[in-house]
Amino acid sequence: MDSLRLHYDVPGDDFTRAGAASGDVKRMLKQLGISPTVIRNVAVAMYEGEINLVIHAGGGEIDVEVSETEISMVLSDHGPGIEDVELAMKEGYSTAPDNIRCLGFGAGMGLPNIKKYTDEFRIETEVGVGTTLFLKVYIQ
Amino acid sequence: MTVREVMEVLDADLICREDLLSTEVNTACGSDMMSDVLAFVKEQAILLTGLVNAQVVRTAEMMDMHCIVFVRGKRPGLDMIELAEDRDMVMLCTKMEMFTACGKLYSAGLRGGSGV
Repeated sequence: MDSLRLHYDVPGDDFTRAGAASGDVKRMLKQLGISPTVIRNVAVAMYEGEINLVIHAGGGEIDVEVSETEISMVLSDHGPGIEDVELAMKEGYSTAPDNIRCLGFGAGMGLPNIKKYTDEFRIETEVGVGTTLFLKVYIQ
Repeated sequence: MTVREVMEVLDADLICREDLLSTEVNTACGSDMMSDVLAFVKEQAILLTGLVNAQVVRTAEMMDMHCIVFVRGKRPGLDMIELAEDRDMVMLCTKMEMFTACGKLYSAGLRGGSGV
C-alpha cells in the first residue's frame, strides 16, 4: 500500500485543544486495524510531544507517515530550543512553570516518556531557533 | 466488577454515559499528575483524579481507559463531558478524598495494573 501522510498545525495558545491531533491519529490507526500496543505507543508519544509544543514552544507542526512497516512522526517548532538535551532527557527534570504543573503536566516525564514509547528517537535542537523530534514506532 | 458497582462503592454521581455502566473493570490508578499516568500506567481501566481540565480526558483516551472518577467533589466542565461522551467514557463524581476512594475500590477487589 502507499504510505499515508497526515499534517497537523498545533496552536500554541489553546491548552484545551492540545491532544486533538494525537486523538485523531489514534482513531485513524484503529480504523487501519493496527495492533492496540502499537497504537498506544504512537498515541502516548505523540500526545506528550503535542503537549510539549503547546507548553514550551508556542505551538508547532506534526507530520505523521504510516507505511506498512512503521509509523513516523516529525514534531517541529520554532520555540526556544533546549539548552541541555541530556538534562532534559532525565526523568523528573522540568523547566515547566508552576501554572503548567497545576494542569497536570511538567513532571519532567515528557521526553523520557516519548523515548520509552518509540523504537527510534532523535532530537535536533538549537537554542533560539527551535526543536524537531524524529520518532518511529515499528509495526510488528 | 462493573462501573456501576464502582459508582455504588464510591457513592458517586453519574455525569455521563449511563449506557456503559455494565462495562467490566478490574484495574485503576489514582493521580493528579497526567504525566505520571502516561509514564507508569499500563492497563488501568479507571482513572481517579482531582484534576479538572480537558487533558484528563485526553490522557484517559490515549491510555484506553473506560472511566474517569473525579474525587473531592470536583465537577468536570461541559467541554470535558462532551469529549468523554464522544470517546465512550463514563464519568463519575464522588465527594470522597483520593485516599479513601482508592482504598474503598482496593477493598472491593480492584487492583493496580501490575496486579498489586
